[in-house]
Amino acid sequence: MAHFEKAKNLNEWLDQRLAINTLKRVLNTEYWIPKDINFLWAMGMVLAATFGMLVLSGIFLLMYYKPDTNLAFDSVNYTIMSEVGYGWFWRHIHGVGASIVFLIIYIHMFTGIYYGSYKKGRELIWLSGMGLFVAFSAEAFSGYMLPWGQMSYWAGMVITNLFSGGSLELNGLVEWIRGDYVPGDAFLTRFFMLHVLLLPLVIIGLIVLHFGTLRIPHVNNQEGAEIDFKEAADLWKAGKKKESKVIPFSPVFLSKDIFVMGVYFILFFYLVFYNFNFAMDPVNFDPADGLKTPAHIYPEWYFLWSYEILRPFGKDAGLIAFAIAQLALFFLPFIDRSPNVAPAHKRGLFQVWFWVLIIDMIALTAMGKLPPTDPTFAFIGLVSAWTFLALGPILFIITMFEKKIEKGA
Amino acid sequence: MKENEKDRRDFMGMALGACAAVGGVGALYAAKRTWDPLPSVKAAGFTTIDLSGAQENVLNIEKWRGKPIFVLKKSADMKADERDIVIGSDRFHVSIGLCTHLGCIPAYEKDQHKFKCACHGGEFDASGHQIFGPPPSPLVIPPFKIDGTKLVLGESGPEYQKMLDAGITA
Repeated sequence: MAHFEKAKNLNEWLDQRLAINTLKRVLNTEYWIPKDINFLWAMGMVLAATFGMLVLSGIFLLMYYKPDTNLAFDSVNYTIMSEVGYGWFWRHIHGVGASIVFLIIYIHMFTGIYYGSYKKGRELIWLSGMGLFVAFSAEAFSGYMLPWGQMSYWAGMVITNLFSGGSLELNGLVEWIRGDYVPGDAFLTRFFMLHVLLLPLVIIGLIVLHFGTLRIPHVNNQEGAEIDFKEAADLWKAGKKKESKVIPFSPVFLSKDIFVMGVYFILFFYLVFYNFNFAMDPVNFDPADGLKTPAHIYPEWYFLWSYEILRPFGKDAGLIAFAIAQLALFFLPFIDRSPNVAPAHKRGLFQVWFWVLIIDMIALTAMGKLPPTDPTFAFIGLVSAWTFLALGPILFIITMFEKKIEKGA
Repeated sequence: MKENEKDRRDFMGMALGACAAVGGVGALYAAKRTWDPLPSVKAAGFTTIDLSGAQENVLNIEKWRGKPIFVLKKSADMKADERDIVIGSDRFHVSIGLCTHLGCIPAYEKDQHKFKCACHGGEFDASGHQIFGPPPSPLVIPPFKIDGTKLVLGESGPEYQKMLDAGITA
């Protein structure tokens, strides 16, 4: 056994047994962050904080929610909203949080794309982040089922039907996933399990992995400069803070993170208290009815772009396009052939590509919300879907010919 | 001695691997069965519909296995089809009222004699054939048995068997 001395205080007692001083150093005071980064790099901590809000509010909702098709709707819309003291507060935090978390995820993702933070050495940061995006999507979808309103039911119907494999007609698989011929009690309880246990565990695991992937390649910076972290850290530790290109994560960078989070939470709670309705679909205030489809069904705003990629094609082609749309971004580090880790505005054609991607996704989102009946909008949707699918090969080609840029780091 | 010890550890490793594989397969099978529809769900799969009161060109929606069932009595001016269920001199269109694209319920447009799906714009005619949009196949006819003027859903009668053999319904 190791040698133990009598500890003078609690910190020392714990340090002898848990090495907390080493942990603190490795994870906080000597985890180096480049100075040259802007507020967009604070989105990671904003996301972690929002996830914390979702877990916390979810725990309170869990105490009154009933996962039963006869009781679920009223347990949410009557018991939690009207009877439970401050039940509305937790629900609105949960509803707004679930919507806003995707806005921040998209900002976080596109920041990574803009600054080339997915490139060589940082592939795992990107892949674990995309894993988190998929896990959050599944978490959002399973949560959307729980109030058992009309949109819950029909979203469950449509999304589980995707697993019939187009013309393969795998109805047995769909019935197995649902545990019934249609979304029913078995379906609700298993999605309840996914939402409150299995998927949160997966998300927490992936967050730990995502943080871990950052530790060795370090976060990127605004110029994409390669920093000798050891040299820069030594300068900082020697007291030459001005000359050093890095700062410690805690407390120096964290203070900036916390400032950004402060601004963010002002907006967040403004939405929770005064504008929560944007996160609540009116159709979901009708109880689920298996004999009546709503006149126009659409997903939440953050899934509209991929829904619109599915919609303009036939069943099989739509399914394939949808699968490509879901998976395409995973391959970004391998599609981008350019050696340049630099912001898009220094990379010529890549900058054009980046903004076309943003505009295309906004167009897909807007078209996805509209009913499928107008031929003009359906045509714009079709063109946007093809554009999205074409952007991958285009990126491969333009980055292959991208010249190495000289950086004045 | 060293060699001998290695062999014994290899054997233990392989034995552990074999046990884990058997246990793993067993657990996977149990998990698969756990997610299967319950026997009570499967057993509640029969519904009887009385067709004698049906009115021409008025869509009735019944329920079978939680799914909506379209029952449409065709009027004389509506085209006969091999998918029709004939009872006496009456012709009926009976199908599972879920779009074959992704499972929404199409609405019946009385004047145009067609079904329109609001989700992705699919259309079917009054016999259930897909005529526009993404649906890959006609509306599905549920297993039925004719019993006088009544229809028993969930049981395959000779008329249904004939449609199935002819490939008219999936």
